[in-house]
Amino acid sequence: MKSPTKPIIPLAVLPKNELGLTVRDYEGAMSTLCAGCGHDSVTAAITQMFFEISMPPRDIVKLSGIGCSSKTPTYFVRGAHGFNSAHGRMAPIATGANAANRELTMIGISGDGDSLSIGMGHLAHLMRRNVNMLYVLENNGVYGLTKGQFSASADIGSRSKRGVANVVAPIDPILLGLSMGATFLARSFSGDKAQLIPLLKAGVAHRGLAIIDVISPCVTFNDHEGSTKSYRFMREHEIKEIETDFVPWEQEIAMPRSKDDAKEITMHDGSTVRFRSVPEGYDPRDRQKVEDYIREHRERGEVATGLLYLNEDSIEVHELNNTPDVALAKVPFEKLCPGSAVLAKIQESFR
Amino acid sequence: MEPTNDRDPNYFHQVVDCQWACPAHTDVPGYIRLIAQGRFDDAYLLNRSANVFPGILGRVCDRPCEPACRRNRVDGTPVAICRLKRVAADLSGDVTDRLPTAPETKNGKRVALVGAGPASLAVANDLLPLGYDVTIFEKYDRAGGLMRVNIPEFRLPGEVLDFETQCIIDMGATIHYNSPVESMRELLAQGFDAVFVGAGAPKGKELELPGRHDDTTGRIHIGIEWLKSVAFGHIESIGERVLIIGVGNTAMDCCRTSRRLGGTDVRVMARRPRDFFKASPWELEDAEEEDIDITVNHAPKRFVIEDGKLVGMEFDIVEWDEGARHSTVVDTVTIACDDVILAIGQENAFDWVERDLGIEFGEWETPVLDETTLQSTLPQVFFGGDAAFGPKNIIWAVAQAHQAAISIHQFCQGRDVTDRLPDTMTLESQKMGMAQWSYHNDYNPSPRQQMHHVELTQRFAALDLEVELGFDAEQTAREVQRCLNCDVQTTFKANLCIECDACIDICPVRCLTITANGDEEDLRSRLNAPSVNPDQAIYVSAALPQTGRVMVKDENVCVHCGLCAQRCPTAAWDMEKFELDIPYAADFDLLSKTRSDTLTRS
Ligand SMILES: Cc1cc2nc3c(=O)[nH]c(=O)nc-3n(C[C@H](O)[C@H](O)[C@H](O)COP(=O)(O)OP(=O)(O)OC[C@H]3O[C@@H](n4cnc5c(N)ncnc54)[C@H](O)[C@@H]3O)c2cc1C
Ligand SMILES: Cc1ncc(C[n+]2csc(CCOP(=O)(O)OP(=O)(O)O)c2C)c(N)n1
Ligand code: SF4
Ligand code: SF4
Ligand code: SF4
Ligand SMILES: [Mg+2]
Repeated sequence: MKSPTKPIIPLAVLPKNELGLTVRDYEGAMSTLCAGCGHDSVTAAITQMFFEISMPPRDIVKLSGIGCSSKTPTYFVRGAHGFNSAHGRMAPIATGANAANRELTMIGISGDGDSLSIGMGHLAHLMRRNVNMLYVLENNGVYGLTKGQFSASADIGSRSKRGVANVVAPIDPILLGLSMGATFLARSFSGDKAQLIPLLKAGVAHRGLAIIDVISPCVTFNDHEGSTKSYRFMREHEIKEIETDFVPWEQEIAMPRSKDDAKEITMHDGSTVRFRSVPEGYDPRDRQKVEDYIREHRERGEVATGLLYLNEDSIEVHELNNTPDVALAKVPFEKLCPGSAVLAKIQESFR
Repeated sequence: MEPTNDRDPNYFHQVVDCQWACPAHTDVPGYIRLIAQGRFDDAYLLNRSANVFPGILGRVCDRPCEPACRRNRVDGTPVAICRLKRVAADLSGDVTDRLPTAPETKNGKRVALVGAGPASLAVANDLLPLGYDVTIFEKYDRAGGLMRVNIPEFRLPGEVLDFETQCIIDMGATIHYNSPVESMRELLAQGFDAVFVGAGAPKGKELELPGRHDDTTGRIHIGIEWLKSVAFGHIESIGERVLIIGVGNTAMDCCRTSRRLGGTDVRVMARRPRDFFKASPWELEDAEEEDIDITVNHAPKRFVIEDGKLVGMEFDIVEWDEGARHSTVVDTVTIACDDVILAIGQENAFDWVERDLGIEFGEWETPVLDETTLQSTLPQVFFGGDAAFGPKNIIWAVAQAHQAAISIHQFCQGRDVTDRLPDTMTLESQKMGMAQWSYHNDYNPSPRQQMHHVELTQRFAALDLEVELGFDAEQTAREVQRCLNCDVQTTFKANLCIECDACIDICPVRCLTITANGDEEDLRSRLNAPSVNPDQAIYVSAALPQTGRVMVKDENVCVHCGLCAQRCPTAAWDMEKFELDIPYAADFDLLSKTRSDTLTRS
């Protein structure tokens, strides 16, 4: 079987962004995932997001681990840098890459297996360190690539394709993030680009680690009756009480606050996140309230989506470590590695 | 919007832009695929079933299909539909034993056809297989009408015309050459059950300007008369300096013929700017390639005659307002010439139809007809081709002939002529397996192939030297792949959709959108790719099961690549081949099934 390609059609109607690129310039290789996989929709949302914010492809770094989800960086922004790491090891690779070049925009794609099973230790530390990157967790409740075993995010009672119910408690990446000191925590659904794209933009603008847990159905192994990560389940149980717009800094003046805006949080670069609606008494800056809210919904079998938590005073890893503003990769080698004589001197100072 | 009714054959028919634009609704993508498979005989016959004269039309059709072709909207140039038709005709083998035949036993009805142009011949083609006794009366000594006596042989070779006209006559028509019908009354008196008038619009228009009748040397010609004289061999030369008045297709044939008969300084004089010319762009190009000057904004004023001899023509030089409605004269010039050819149009001439027979005529000498049945106010008399509504072209003549043949058949069988069968369709899935389709769904980026012409240095050697050489194998192979298979339709089953967005994301032209329903204007404003062509429909599905939103597809931009159907996990999308079944005369009679049985389609 010949693998299909998505042809470039020279239609005049495709809009261009500030760089003169069309959305097709932000695509990657043709996806080899199953037809209908939620991950492909997330890929399409990411493609659209980078197109809309006119990000030069060469300024992007794509990172991932192993899994169907982790395959997807190949399917967007073909002109970007990328690293496909070992299973669960995206976090340390990302930390290293970010340490070396803080000027690049980093996007990591991982799965619930990659992040919450084998890679959970690394993820916890990525959160603690607040590495400046957008981390998209494509959550389908199973190990898709290895044919649908329950993952650590599977809900108790959710049934496998063969009808067996899961009995082990799930790990919720948002609750994990709240306890690990994460600074940007959002949840969304692959089938809702209108919500997902603004969240992705806010995630790119956030200084520090931005985690977006995207429920992304595995159409092959986890889209049946009885699954709590299916398209139908999400459509019936998603609660979108928290609605946000992302307003980039340049548009701030052009888009006056509407009287419906419930809350507004200004990000470090001047752009703002506007909450069009939040539940009564909800404050996305208050860890405790956010945790209570998520738990309440979880107990009712509902999935709360939106930008759930945001710490506007976020301090990311470079600030914590007081590194220079310029990318370390650009610091001359002699300065970065001044030689054994200097090392000996430093060691001497500790004696 | 209400869900689209895609079970109405017209819906998908309109998506096949070329077929919809073709007056005879030729199955263009069908024959292009047959050519791609090397099935030239089948491609020829599929053409013939709709347009009767593939070899002729493959060279000289007015080709309304090409400006309509979807490929224009993709890379700016249409598929060379007409040239591919010629490929089918040039490369088909002997198809004579697969052509329709007339039955031994006749049905006892006699039909007279006036004229042996494309209109009458196409009527004969439809009626002979049904057992009619068909008699054709033709003014001249040869068949083909204007295709024979006006369209020059360097565009349409005699052999092509011979084959396609003769195979109809050979089915068993009685043809009387050199037999102008001079009285409709007398013709009717011969007791025919029906009469079809396919006499064309044979009168060239005059240009009554000062000096028109003062030339005694016969150097002022009427275009279509002059071309006819050339075709009959009565005229073999022309002066060096020739002015052609008018810039329609007749003017193009006149100027190019002049170049071959001795004209070295041939100018086509147009009153209006280029955008308003009647001639097809390709005819203008071909003329200019032959060094013919096309002069705009010159309005003829008078013929300059000295001592009874034409020496030139005077023109007003004019300037036009926007839209070229009003002009102002800015200057006057005289252009010297040896001959002037008037090519400003044709008219009907029905001086042989007595006005007391019950056949009513309207304005401009055209008969009063029912537009669908082509029946005149005298029930047994029908019209078609240029004789019906004034000069058009061959493919319209054929399209009308099919309709007239149905009417004549209904009439002769004592049935109501307005009782017509509707078009019907079949849809058939093209899925062969995972990501496998029975058609070439890859988008091919090849540019339109250019027709090769005989070198200019050799072109004028003989009047009948065909200029266009036809496509070679490589050109054909490329051009067939440019066709987007618009007849392989995307069909949607809303109840199967899980709204996973796979089709939305994969579509290379972003023509799919899942959104809340609304009225048409509103929906069009919310599509993923801007809606730019209101002439093409948007498909709207029934409410989708999970969210109640609708699937919307802008038919305008779909390239029929099948990727949506390939990526759909539930097979809500499929690619189904649409085949339009247009009823012909034979289909009105269950007893005779000569037409469709001889055809194998792709
Ligand atoms: C110069 C020129 C170039 C053209 N080029 C093209 C082209 O490239 N492509 C295209 O599609 N169309 C072209 N056309 C138009 C096309 O030729 C006509 O539209 C078409 O031939 C009309 O077909 P018809 O059968 O209605 O009439 P005609 O072709 O005119 O045939 C009518 C026939 O009836 C005969 N006849 C007339 N009166 C009588 C009578 N009283 N008794 C017996 N017989 C009679 C005539 O001799 C003639 O044979 C061109 C026309 C002209 C003038
Ligand atoms: C070290 C190691 N252990 C186990 C595997 C097998 N393995 C491959 S992918 C995968 C799980 C992927 O699950 P997830 O991250 O949820 O991705 P999905 O396919 O569901 O998108 C596992 C266990 C491996 N590749 N490497
Ligand atoms: S197995 Fe599941 S997660 Fe993997 S590509 Fe297929 S649908 Fe997507
Ligand atoms: S692309 Fe092919 S099927 Fe479509 S309009 Fe053009 S010729 Fe017809
Ligand atoms: S066939 Fe489907 S994917 Fe291809 S252009 Fe048409 S709608 Fe889009
Ligand atoms: Mg998974």
